Amino acid sequence: MSKWNVIIDVAECTNCNLCTLATMDEHVGNEWPGYSAPMQKHGHRWINILQKERGTTPYFDAAYVPTMCNHCDDAPCIKVAKDGAIRKREDGIVLIDPVKAKGQKQLVEACPYGHIWWNEELQTPQHWNFDAHLIDSGWGKTRASQVCPTGAFVTLKISDEEMAHKAKAENLEVIKPELNAKPRVYYRNLWRYSTAFVAGTLSHDVGGRIECLEGAKLRLVKDGKTVAEQASDNYGDFKFDRLPENSGSYVLEIEAAGKTKKTVDAHVTESVNLGDIRV
Amino acid sequence: MSFDTLKFSTVLFGLAQALKLSAWQHPSFRERLKERNLVAQVKARDEEIGRWYQISNGRISSRKGLHAKPDVTLSFKTAGDGARLLTPPINWLEQINAQKDFILTVDGEEDLTNWFAQTIMQSQTAGWKFGTPMPGGVMRYCNMTNGGPVFVDVKDDKIIRMMPIDFDDKDPPPWTIKAKGHSFTPPRRTTIAPHGQNTKSIIYAPNRLLKPMKRVDFDPNGARNPQNRGKSGYVEISWDEALSIVSSEIKRMKRDFGPGSIAVSHGSHHTWGNIGYYLSALFRFSNAVGMTRVHHNPDSWEGWYWGAVHHWGHTLRVGQSETYGTVEDCMQNAEMIVFWSADPETTSGSYGAQEGTIRRQWLKDGKLGIKVVHVDPFFNSSAQFLPGKWFAPKPTTSVAMAMAIAQVWIEEGLYDKEYVKTHTVGFDKWADYLTGKEDGVPKTPEWQEKETGVPAKDVRALAREWGRKKVYLAPGGWGNGHGGACRNQTGIQWARVMVCLIAMQGLGKPGINMGNLQWGCPLDFNFYFPGYSDGGMSGDLENTGMPVELYQRMPQLATMNSTFQRIPRIWMPEALADGKAEGWPWVGKSIEHQFAKFAYPAPGHSPVKMLYKYGGSIIGTMNNTNRHVRMYQSEKLEFIVNQSIWHEGESMFADIILPACTNFERVDISEWAGFGGYGHHGQQQLNHRVIIFQAPAIKPLGESKTDYWIFNEISKRLGLANYFSEGMNEIDWVKRHFDASDLPKKISWKEFMKRGYYVVPAEKEKLRTPLSFKWFVENRKKDVPEPHPLPSDYTEEFLKGLQTQSGKLEFECNSLKRFADPERPPIVKYEPSWEGQHSGAMFEKFPLQMLTPHAKYSFHTQGDGKDSFIMNIEDHRAKVGDYYYWIMRMNPEDAAERGIKKHDIVKVFNDRGAVLCAALPTHRLGRGVCHGYESCAVYDPMGEPGKSVDRGGCLNLLTPEKTQTKTTHSLAGANALVQIEKWDGKIEHMSETFARMEPQKKAVEPVAVLEPAK
Ligand code: SF4
Ligand code: SF4
Repeated sequence: MSKWNVIIDVAECTNCNLCTLATMDEHVGNEWPGYSAPMQKHGHRWINILQKERGTTPYFDAAYVPTMCNHCDDAPCIKVAKDGAIRKREDGIVLIDPVKAKGQKQLVEACPYGHIWWNEELQTPQHWNFDAHLIDSGWGKTRASQVCPTGAFVTLKISDEEMAHKAKAENLEVIKPELNAKPRVYYRNLWRYSTAFVAGTLSHDVGGRIECLEGAKLRLVKDGKTVAEQASDNYGDFKFDRLPENSGSYVLEIEAAGKTKKTVDAHVTESVNLGDIRV
Repeated sequence: MSFDTLKFSTVLFGLAQALKLSAWQHPSFRERLKERNLVAQVKARDEEIGRWYQISNGRISSRKGLHAKPDVTLSFKTAGDGARLLTPPINWLEQINAQKDFILTVDGEEDLTNWFAQTIMQSQTAGWKFGTPMPGGVMRYCNMTNGGPVFVDVKDDKIIRMMPIDFDDKDPPPWTIKAKGHSFTPPRRTTIAPHGQNTKSIIYAPNRLLKPMKRVDFDPNGARNPQNRGKSGYVEISWDEALSIVSSEIKRMKRDFGPGSIAVSHGSHHTWGNIGYYLSALFRFSNAVGMTRVHHNPDSWEGWYWGAVHHWGHTLRVGQSETYGTVEDCMQNAEMIVFWSADPETTSGSYGAQEGTIRRQWLKDGKLGIKVVHVDPFFNSSAQFLPGKWFAPKPTTSVAMAMAIAQVWIEEGLYDKEYVKTHTVGFDKWADYLTGKEDGVPKTPEWQEKETGVPAKDVRALAREWGRKKVYLAPGGWGNGHGGACRNQTGIQWARVMVCLIAMQGLGKPGINMGNLQWGCPLDFNFYFPGYSDGGMSGDLENTGMPVELYQRMPQLATMNSTFQRIPRIWMPEALADGKAEGWPWVGKSIEHQFAKFAYPAPGHSPVKMLYKYGGSIIGTMNNTNRHVRMYQSEKLEFIVNQSIWHEGESMFADIILPACTNFERVDISEWAGFGGYGHHGQQQLNHRVIIFQAPAIKPLGESKTDYWIFNEISKRLGLANYFSEGMNEIDWVKRHFDASDLPKKISWKEFMKRGYYVVPAEKEKLRTPLSFKWFVENRKKDVPEPHPLPSDYTEEFLKGLQTQSGKLEFECNSLKRFADPERPPIVKYEPSWEGQHSGAMFEKFPLQMLTPHAKYSFHTQGDGKDSFIMNIEDHRAKVGDYYYWIMRMNPEDAAERGIKKHDIVKVFNDRGAVLCAALPTHRLGRGVCHGYESCAVYDPMGEPGKSVDRGGCLNLLTPEKTQTKTTHSLAGANALVQIEKWDGKIEHMSETFARMEPQKKAVEPVAVLEPAK
């Protein structure tokens, strides 16, 4: 039995917000009976793009993470819903019944992902429902995946076994796995959002002129153990990435011309720009 | 009875039958017939024969012969002429010639003759069917946003959805590029820009103008109260009243003041569609009436037109280079792309949706082995999407960085010496400047560091890497100019030095060219479909691209403005409020056209007393726009009419407002990214060429009308309607446009109206355009498909060499040797910005350099405000309390120093004005720099305009109006000095513009009496 899933690639998301705009185009002012009431024009982010900026000028990057209802297989919201107002369909889609759910404001709190939105005007809870009305009329995708220019937002219908295999093989992650809600929305390259880097640049004095130091060996050491090694590039730049946030103290050992020239301490809570290191 | 007479009679009889048949078949036509009662006579003057048609209470009757008192008479010189001209298929060239030669004449009241002509036309089109039925009572139409084509799903006269087009089996396959052992093919669909996907929400915007309106304290026959513009409210009036006020004001102007007294001002863009576009219907109308034109500056191309053209020509591309074949060459041969003030992921190629994004994504997995580098004071969206080394020079200073790169190339021998010898002139002169031989100051990386803040060692490393690799240089969003640093104070120098850099590396050699994969796709450019700047139905051979090809293909009555007076756009407030301005023209014909200064007022012309304003974008898009508030309130302007879709920007300064509808409420035709004119083959940005039949999706909302209808109604009152419309309805012009293109060879009109789009098949691999500048490298005749430059602008032989005097790339520009301008010396030199770190007291008072680049989510004012979906995007506006504030990005340390936190309401100000924004501290900027997008749609002064803070986000209230140099009509406003502080809740803020007026004003101005808006 194949079921619907979403795969988001954080490295390919440009924050163009087309997925959010297309979802609004589909739902604001439109009622889809049996599926959803019209979306509120303002204040709802059925697809909510989180962002993370790391580092400081000019050793800096930014990543975007579109989030939405995860269509959890063990959905906390279903447990709290009265009158069967939320159901899990066989194809994996979680659906909030726009009629039965009316007035059930407690559902907003029930979603640990903050993805049930309260429609003030209609007094009803709402979520990104996978555009189920389109899926059921034969669309092979959602408005968000149709419009996404880079393929950062992909919907696919495969068996749970295949999906589990794919997730493992391709290092896909879910958000807050510790909740055990079993989300059906997976992320590629989530480390761009969730981890930290240590970056900087090396320079040296060449006959009275400061030049970039290319090809120096850098070793990042934590508690006496080497975490990673790399060589500085033609700008003298280095960047050790995918370090856990708040992972504490590291030592950076710099080796040029076969000799350890310098060690620098780095303390990682968030990403660190060590700036220009004169060797 | 001669054969001609017989034929003429038969045709006239046939016409009566056709009208009756159409009325019987089509309810819409039956309704049309109820609009007027009249007798129309059609006759041949030679034999005094003919037939008359009576339309009375919706019924048609017809008799052979001559009516005693017809209301409308259509006469042909001879029966033969009549038979020839009325027998289908209609030949428009013959029709027009017959009018010009007075073989076909019309007599009668303009309203009736025009109505009758349009009714005859409508009888033939009433049965045309648009769109494709979908399940559930939904109709699917196609249309075009400025950000890409869309399917429009409609039910019960309501737009349900708009989405980019997924191609089906009937559509042709895309192209494939083979590079470095891999194949690359774009997906079979169209993409869309955010402002395009936002369109449904702005069609149904709460500030749509739905009824004509009059300012409450404006009385055309009494007190006009110009000083209250922007302060008073409006009352709704009927269309009839609005149109009669506008038309009688036009007549009064011409009668009382003479030529030149009416000015027309429009924005740089419009809603999409070749017939309804401003370069089409508006130009035809304003030429027919005769108006002082507001002469545009080369917006967003500034540095290229006033600077780069002197080095390499390309005036017909506003100073940007040809780009053919560059996607393939870049992918196959380049090793690095330098994005220099280039952010295509934000600017979407203006109209190119996300098409370039898809191609640039191919750079990301390393298969092509192309590195990227970004040079921009702001960590822009392209730097985010395409990781690479980021250089962050201070705003306006990267000219110095470029010179240091060239200096290193000279010092270390890292440039193409042979190419410089054979393909360029004047290098030694520039080299003398760079090495310091000329002025004793070598332009080294250390020298530039003091200006730019970029470490010398990094610049040296970049110069070395660049000098050893095959590099594509990509300045501006298009990769060959447009936007970016060409819009600030040093923009001319910047564009010039960009050309010099690529000239040193061998422009046109494999892998060495201009571009960032935004332009240069391998499409079919021999298939003709006109672009919007080809002028549509304008008949304007002077101010549009019409003479190139469209005029011959779509014969129409030529139009010509009898008023030669022009206003330089940058100085519109000074011209209109003070009565004087000087400017420099933007004309693409040659390099030297830009040197011909013009002045307002023109000799013998009236100063402008009436403004016909189209849209309300200027206050958000021009610079130091409190000047425009003063202009609007000037008593020198006796009448202002504004024709707009939305009540926003400067519509609040009009005396009369005419509500126009969007292109989703009318019919039109167009091609995606088909600019024509100065953006010849703009479709190079696309992965597929897509031509759209823009079917009306819904009826115009409220009492809003199409621009065409409004112009035609005013024209009727001026006796100009038959000249303006040629007796046609909009759909007839659309059909003529279709016939003028190559479409009829590929798709039937019926099918095109039904399906709504046509995809031009990609070019066969063998027939792809040659690579730009390859011909130049190889000293061959130019072989890329652009008709530029003009034949007379070649030096040695037609098609050989560039447009410059030498035919080569000129480091030392011959044109600038002939036109002495101390600010533009023949070789490019670095002169720091007059608004920046060297500005002394001003810099002390306003220590932050504010960047205002093109916006990511809106397209200038399009898509912003209007209670649109985009308002919800946190990087566009932030909701604080119950208001959506414009975003001001600033360095976190600068923010902390001022006690500013995320989404605090801050006052961004200088002497020119003050704007409230929501602060967003971010390390995307270095110290001393802040960033907010240019041109929001909302102008919302909290108190009196000109004397209070604006909370709409109009940052252009703060930007300098001064041109980059004295002898250019160039904007410099993309960088301004400002101060930012937490807003203290005060509403008053006296702008410099108003402070200057205050002494006189107090003495002369009567106290305004404000009536409440009804
Ligand atoms: S449409 Fe795609 S790229 Fe754009 S924001 Fe959404 S997920 Fe990201
Ligand atoms: S994300 Fe929230 S709303 Fe969606 S299924 Fe899980 S718990 Fe329910």
